[in-house]
Amino acid sequence: MSLNRRDFVKATAVAAAATAAGITLPKELLAATPESVEGGWRWDKAVCRFCGTGCGIMVATKNEKIVAVKGDPAAPVNRGLNCIKGYFNAKIMYGADRLKQPLMRVDENGNFSKNGKFKTVSWKKAYDEMEKQMKKSLKELGPTGIAVFGSGQYTVQEGYAMAKLMKAGFRSNNIDPNARHCMASAVAGFIQTFGIDEPAGCYDDIELTDTVITWGANMAEMHPVLWSRVTDRKLSDPDNVRIINLSTFTNRCSDLADVEIIFKPHTDLAIWNYIAREIVYNNPEIIDRDFVDKYTEFATGFVNTGYGMRSPGHSKYSALEEETVSKQASKKISKNEAITLGYLGHKEGDTLKMTNAGKAGAHWAIPFGEFKKALEPYTLDYVARLSKGNPDEDMASYKVKLKLMASLYMEKKRKVVSFWTMGMNQHTRGVWVNEQAYMVHLLLGKQAKPGNGAFSLTGQPSACGTAREVGTFAHRLPADMVVKNPKHREISEKIWKIPKGTLNPKVGTHIMKILRDLEDGKIKFAWVNVCNPFMCSANANHWLKAARNMDNFIVVSDSYPGVSAKVADLVLPVAMIYEKWGAYGNAERRTQHWKQQVVPVGHSMPDLWQYIEISKRFKLKEVWGAQKIPGLEGGLPDVLSEAQKMGYNPDDTLFDVLFANKDAKSYPWPDPVGEGFHNTEAAGDGREIKGTNGEDWKGYGFFIQKYLWEEYRLFGEGKAHDYADFDTYHKVRGLKWPVVDGKETPWRFNSKYDPYARKANTGEFAFYGKALKSIPQGTLKGPVASKGKVNLTNKAKIFFRPYMDPPEMPDNNYPLWLCTGRVLEHWHSGTMTMRVPELYRAVPEALCYMHPDDAGKFGVAQGDLIWIDSRRGKVKAHVETRGRNRPPKGLIYVPWFDEKVLINKVCLDATDPISKQTDFKKCAVKIYKA
Amino acid sequence: MIGKICWTMIKRLKRNRFLILRRIFQAGLLLLFAGANWWGWTLLLGNYSSAYVLQLFYLTDPHAVLQVFATGFIMSADALIGAAIVLLFYALIAGRSFCSWVCPVNMITDLATCLRKRLKITKKENYLNFSRKTRYWVLGLGIILSAVLGVAAFEVINPITMLHRGIIFGFGAGWTIIVALFLFDLLVTEYGWCGHLCPLGAFYSAAGRFSLIKIKHSAENCTLCMKCFSVCHEKQVLQIVGKESGFIKRECSNCGRCIEVCDDNALKYSIYNYKN
Amino acid sequence: MKTMFRGAGFLGLGGAIWGNAAYKLKASELTLRPPGAVAEKDFVKACVRCGTCVEACPYNTLMLATIDDHTAIGTPYFKPRNIPCYMCTDVPCVPVCPSGALDLKTIAREVGGKKTDEPDINKAKMGVAVIDKDACLAFWGIQCDACYRACPLMGTAITIEFRRNERTGKHAFLEPVVQRDVCTGCGLCEHACITEKAAIFVLPRNIATGKVGEHYIKGWEREDEQRLHNLKEKKEKETSPEDVLNDWEDLLDDD
Repeated sequence: MSLNRRDFVKATAVAAAATAAGITLPKELLAATPESVEGGWRWDKAVCRFCGTGCGIMVATKNEKIVAVKGDPAAPVNRGLNCIKGYFNAKIMYGADRLKQPLMRVDENGNFSKNGKFKTVSWKKAYDEMEKQMKKSLKELGPTGIAVFGSGQYTVQEGYAMAKLMKAGFRSNNIDPNARHCMASAVAGFIQTFGIDEPAGCYDDIELTDTVITWGANMAEMHPVLWSRVTDRKLSDPDNVRIINLSTFTNRCSDLADVEIIFKPHTDLAIWNYIAREIVYNNPEIIDRDFVDKYTEFATGFVNTGYGMRSPGHSKYSALEEETVSKQASKKISKNEAITLGYLGHKEGDTLKMTNAGKAGAHWAIPFGEFKKALEPYTLDYVARLSKGNPDEDMASYKVKLKLMASLYMEKKRKVVSFWTMGMNQHTRGVWVNEQAYMVHLLLGKQAKPGNGAFSLTGQPSACGTAREVGTFAHRLPADMVVKNPKHREISEKIWKIPKGTLNPKVGTHIMKILRDLEDGKIKFAWVNVCNPFMCSANANHWLKAARNMDNFIVVSDSYPGVSAKVADLVLPVAMIYEKWGAYGNAERRTQHWKQQVVPVGHSMPDLWQYIEISKRFKLKEVWGAQKIPGLEGGLPDVLSEAQKMGYNPDDTLFDVLFANKDAKSYPWPDPVGEGFHNTEAAGDGREIKGTNGEDWKGYGFFIQKYLWEEYRLFGEGKAHDYADFDTYHKVRGLKWPVVDGKETPWRFNSKYDPYARKANTGEFAFYGKALKSIPQGTLKGPVASKGKVNLTNKAKIFFRPYMDPPEMPDNNYPLWLCTGRVLEHWHSGTMTMRVPELYRAVPEALCYMHPDDAGKFGVAQGDLIWIDSRRGKVKAHVETRGRNRPPKGLIYVPWFDEKVLINKVCLDATDPISKQTDFKKCAVKIYKA
Repeated sequence: MIGKICWTMIKRLKRNRFLILRRIFQAGLLLLFAGANWWGWTLLLGNYSSAYVLQLFYLTDPHAVLQVFATGFIMSADALIGAAIVLLFYALIAGRSFCSWVCPVNMITDLATCLRKRLKITKKENYLNFSRKTRYWVLGLGIILSAVLGVAAFEVINPITMLHRGIIFGFGAGWTIIVALFLFDLLVTEYGWCGHLCPLGAFYSAAGRFSLIKIKHSAENCTLCMKCFSVCHEKQVLQIVGKESGFIKRECSNCGRCIEVCDDNALKYSIYNYKN
Repeated sequence: MKTMFRGAGFLGLGGAIWGNAAYKLKASELTLRPPGAVAEKDFVKACVRCGTCVEACPYNTLMLATIDDHTAIGTPYFKPRNIPCYMCTDVPCVPVCPSGALDLKTIAREVGGKKTDEPDINKAKMGVAVIDKDACLAFWGIQCDACYRACPLMGTAITIEFRRNERTGKHAFLEPVVQRDVCTGCGLCEHACITEKAAIFVLPRNIATGKVGEHYIKGWEREDEQRLHNLKEKKEKETSPEDVLNDWEDLLDDD
């Protein structure tokens, strides 16, 4: 079907009208330009600091202080509303122990000492030491000896600058965000299924759908503003709209849900297959044949891929830990796996060797018949028996619920959105279960349509906008490109104006491996940016010890002294969100920019400045000579002569080449868009800050943030990753990319709404992502070389993925499942929200939620202090048998925001073998009275 | 020389032996109570109004129970039994010993009296002189008011409980009342509180009239040196001293100061002889 | 004779001052008592002010009133905004009370309609939470409900009412509603409330609740008939109709 421009405009206008319905506010409240000086304060638009929902807010400044915030009434996501974290956006900036000076561990002479105490140092001294340590590590270990912990809380420009510095400057791919912990499985799911990252749909799906099914997504607490939209949708048509909440424990979403399905951890894999079986075996007529034939191909992959743990026998593992880690090499086929892996000929008690751990992502096309055969075991009886998570629930009623859910998916006219977050992403088979969601939606043709689709929500404010789109991952480059691909490297080298061959083709270390490499002495310099990895990573005892006891140098750039800062060697105080220019991208691909509203507190400086300042300390000849890279034959070439040909001098610094080049200087400051606003990086801000060279900081003299944005845009232009120009974003309330001809794209892959899908000219849909589109063909058992490869241009894949047990399950010694997560009141590791007195009082500590019968069984009572003990470590927490989360018998839930209850000491650092995302949702523990 | 100092020390200790014992007893009880609140000890929970002893049984202030009774509320058995034990103990055995051996206010008023002597404030300089019998009226009035108001009337203004509650649980502004009481005894009326007003003292005086432990006077030994009069806080009870042998009765609180200061062995603790 | 008069005068005066003071110091209608407390009127009578309950409380919730606390001095109370009652399942503060001011019977667990010796903290009636809708963010549309999630009887003592937000056209209000018959008055909601001054706060039940007379029963709720059990036969006052009839002159205008 082809659509002319008029139809397109009409369609988008209808969508826009639908979302605009109900706005009954005076115009002046919807103004986008800074509203000024009434009572001495100034309102300007910005975005909420917290989750991936991306609520627009307005901030009021007076006397260089954020004095108030309000929800932005014109912001399409939240229309002037916020949750209580957003409500405190002004207050997070002014906590009592805000870091205001660089702090370094020093001896009595004031020189760096690993065992010294933190003392205030100048920026110059901090950078002198940083330079020394970085050069030492680079000299000893090469580019792989340094690493950066990034985050989905980078602004776009910060992430972009750091990725450029690491990859183009230091030629190291050792940069990985904590977003790895958050949505790497979603990313791999997108890439493997569609060949391009990020959701097809947008939040308008909520208003347009009839059915919301949450899979391991406690939206009521984690995405409260979106949940209020789901609630409104339910209220708008209560008899028709259905909400189903799938979770391993009762959470707040169940308040609204028509049906609550409590399943056993990890069995979501089986439940998706049950739905697929129900479709394929019992209701084949419901399959959208046209859609499936035209736009999809069936596929599968290996199962013996391990669990992303280190190999067994590592010297730092205890004997207890080895019990679980041994599964990385091989495992015994369980009774259930004998059924679900029966198609491979495995029987109960067989040993499954994890020989394909290195090829976890490999997959191949299979015929529909094979797909159907593999689904055979997932009958209602079997799946209900396997997955029923609440021992007190009646089997018959559980089956009714599963059946009802399947029938809602299948109902011909019914629109369905499946939302998920960490339940499905933090999963040792997270990519699989993401792909299973697309399997069901694609079979039914309920994908990439308004109100229909599988929709992965993100946790962090710019997990999409920065971590993913900019590509601050160990394997990525901007705009979905990867370092492994020579073409992608070439494109990037061109845009970055660096010599061919500069970029390192070897994938760097993912965030879990950075920690492991610190412990193994393979990385000796690490820089923590906008995150708290020593608190938020599983099996934390190892990494905390590694940070303190090994010969390494850890820099933490943060605004508050969290756990990571405590184990660091150098702490750099950073400007917080409204103290700098920036941009975030939310979960519906909406990019939102804001301006620097106030001068940073104390001597803190923007992250961007901190990254760029270090680039001044490195000359090309120090980093662009030949480099050894472990595992890369021949290492990295010397590109200095090539550089000279390009007009660079070996004595030029990385600053000159990467950040203060001719292009950058073509963006002057002052700029009309920034009139009346500070730009600490560009021009200083009136504070008398002695910079990293010991002289007064006066600014770079050009509009660095605009330059970085405009250069970053080049990566995605024409590649379905198009953005608008810098100035446009300062006039609108964000735009959903791809932005083509000044228009945003609400639904991707759908010709009605997505110009790229139209361009593909394959009819109604085009899954035009370019990655992994040429794959082998084979059977369920494996690829068959003789069949050759199949080309899947413009097609999506429908994966079959089986159920397998997680690597650690409760047993006699550790009889309980442990699931971790968040609470509405606190953001991630609590460094900001725990410092807001009101939020602290509301939820001052992390509690251990458990079933009252379990409390009785283990001899503990409501309010008791208990040990939560796993093979890896233990922490103390108070028992809560009531309240917001109500686990079934056999499972406990502990939020991780509280550094006094450092639950990650207990968690298992097993990851999905494809995405490398840690499974924080399941490990086995025991509890006893402290 | 050293021997001489030691000897004086021992003499002084001996001269104050009951006083020292009383202070140890008073302070020790307070410490046990306070320890329960501050450090979680479990020997003595609660306070002087009602103490939970060794988490086994209660000892309750019978005067408070009487007031509650007057309000018309029937307390639970724990409190009633506890009050009965206390009442029987003082009535049958110890007399008005509560005031000098237990009550923490005693320490405050003793201090006031001591200072009064040091500052040479005499009885004549009292701003207010009134009958020592007033306390019996206060006692009666308290019971009536309890009945009328429906609240244990004395407990509402009771400086004794304010003091020990203050020490055990924290004062709030309650310390002002204690200071006022101290100043009252120091400047307004000699022995003003304990000797004139306190209804609890009146209660135990009345209850302990026929208690077993009493101080016995032997007129034969008495040299009429009057030292006992100078230390006694309830001088009216010493009316038999030097005149006839017998037991000191009525408001005597068995503090033993008179015994300590008597050089003539004319006063000593004894068992009451009911026949006389 | 003269002294007796004088004595009586002093006594009267003293009694008046004392009585007045005592009356004021017992005025404690706004005080929250520990769980299991008998009715306030009886509580101030019964409590011996010994503080044993205060010592039994593991969370330091309970305090003994001092002279500046506007309640019967020496009696136990709590301020939930500072430290709420955490609703211990073993209710340690109640069984230690010697006086009966805290009475286990009032919160006894019922098994098959019969009271046992076990406490059931959910039956405590320390007060009832009240919401100031104008200050409550949930009624602004902000996604808060901190009180709801803090409630130990979440979903029964505080429930959520969903209402469409016509102003935004696509969001919903999630409004907390206190179910007064279930609310124990523990104050965890008041403690958790994130506004500057709590928008949900606990008041003593007699202050925060009204009462409908037994002479009208809800026609749409069968259980409401239970209220008839409380019906007390009162002797109605009688007035003579003749008196009413003969009082007709007022009907005529004066002029």
